[in-house]
Amino acid sequence: MVMLRQAQRPVGAARQPVGAARQPAGTQRPVAADAATRRAWQAAASVLDPEVPVLTIEDLGVLRDVQVVADESGEARRVTVTITPTYSGCPAMDAIRDDVMLALTAAGFDDVDVRLVLAPAWTTDWMTDAGKRKLVDYGIAPPNGRAAVAGPIRVQLSVRCPRCGSLDTRELARFGSTSCKALYECRACLEPFDHFKVH
Amino acid sequence: MTLRQAQAPVGPGGGQPTTDPHGEVTVERVELSAELAGGEGRAASADVAEYALWLGDDALILSQQLGAWIARAPELEEDVALANIALDLLGHARSFLRYAGTYDDRSEDDLAYWRDEPEFRSAWLFEQPNGDFAQTIARQLAASVYLFELYTALQGSSDVTLAAIAAKAVKEVEYHRDHAVQWTLRLAGGTDESRRRMIRAVGDVWPYVAELFRDEPLIDRLDGVAVRPSTLQPAFDAVIAAVFAEAELEFPTGPTSSAGGRNGHHFSTLGFLLAEMQVLARQHPGATW
Repeated sequence: MVMLRQAQRPVGAARQPVGAARQPAGTQRPVAADAATRRAWQAAASVLDPEVPVLTIEDLGVLRDVQVVADESGEARRVTVTITPTYSGCPAMDAIRDDVMLALTAAGFDDVDVRLVLAPAWTTDWMTDAGKRKLVDYGIAPPNGRAAVAGPIRVQLSVRCPRCGSLDTRELARFGSTSCKALYECRACLEPFDHFKVH
Repeated sequence: MTLRQAQAPVGPGGGQPTTDPHGEVTVERVELSAELAGGEGRAASADVAEYALWLGDDALILSQQLGAWIARAPELEEDVALANIALDLLGHARSFLRYAGTYDDRSEDDLAYWRDEPEFRSAWLFEQPNGDFAQTIARQLAASVYLFELYTALQGSSDVTLAAIAAKAVKEVEYHRDHAVQWTLRLAGGTDESRRRMIRAVGDVWPYVAELFRDEPLIDRLDGVAVRPSTLQPAFDAVIAAVFAEAELEFPTGPTSSAGGRNGHHFSTLGFLLAEMQVLARQHPGATW
């Protein structure tokens, strides 16, 4: 049996911006103190993932941070939205960036800056419970474990079939239709399905 | 698809006017170092940019090679797997090349499509031909085990941008390594024919492994920023030894190649690979789609 070392997450705390809505490490929506920031967050949070169009970027944990800065007259104008890619080569990021721009412009913010950050690296642990439920309804098995607790021995939990609920499933291919998914098949209902990998 | 020709070259904001190396081309300037967490808008120094080219070119060339397998792999799942791995590697290449380009205001596309062979910094392992499926897997095994150890160590770099790219990439390379190990075991322990080919492939690829662990003078100037290649070899050898033991493969004992990718001297395949990779961009300079 070949034992391979697991990737370790580096230790380091992200710096907290001041006066902003930041997606917490948990899965609840952050609460901003002022109405403008709440409105901006809601606009950004409405953007869908173009590849899994039932999930918002908030559900995915891709939306990390929204900051609103007032201009001289005190009007909330300049918005900086921070997003992070799921995988390095994720082709959805350019579309998401444009969609965030459009959503905030439509919400009345005329100076929008969308920033892409890589650190801290995205993990499926940031996916909201609402997002996981939407995935099941869409026919994709959601992540079924926590990436943060991956140790030297990875326990492969059974993946529940999103169609019939059976746990009698098997992985056909680690790599699937997008970077973030693996291909499974259900031995009870015999249907293939995608599984959103724990990452 | 409509191609829009650029109207006028756009020079870097507030900098010296630049002579555009490829005519009337609009380069969309991306302030990537400002975009990467902790990058704080700092551009790469000459030495850091050179190191980022090493890493970016390795990933770019391997990605381009794996792309050639799409629709040609032994089975459909493998088409998907190699395409996914190529996509991850392209993502790593884009991040490293964008960062390298902050030194002299070149975009990731400038670096990928408008440099000639001697300006590339990829190591020869990544330039080895796809060959048959076993040869691609042998190359993947060496590459992914090396990249996993490299990015694991690079997460501790004092350069926040390199550390961020590495932290992102290491999680993805872990899948690549797993994929290569599984196929190595499967081919070496499969039929007589698959085993014969796997043994031959390891022998063909291994002379080019040594170059990965060679400490070039650049490394001395990047203490704390770059990972010293020679320090990665023990961990690499230990993982490969475990895989080879289970696959009942011998370590090849042949000579090692002198190589020279870090100095712009390349294996004979690179010119052909670049010709194919760069032809479209050079036929339509400045085109956007």
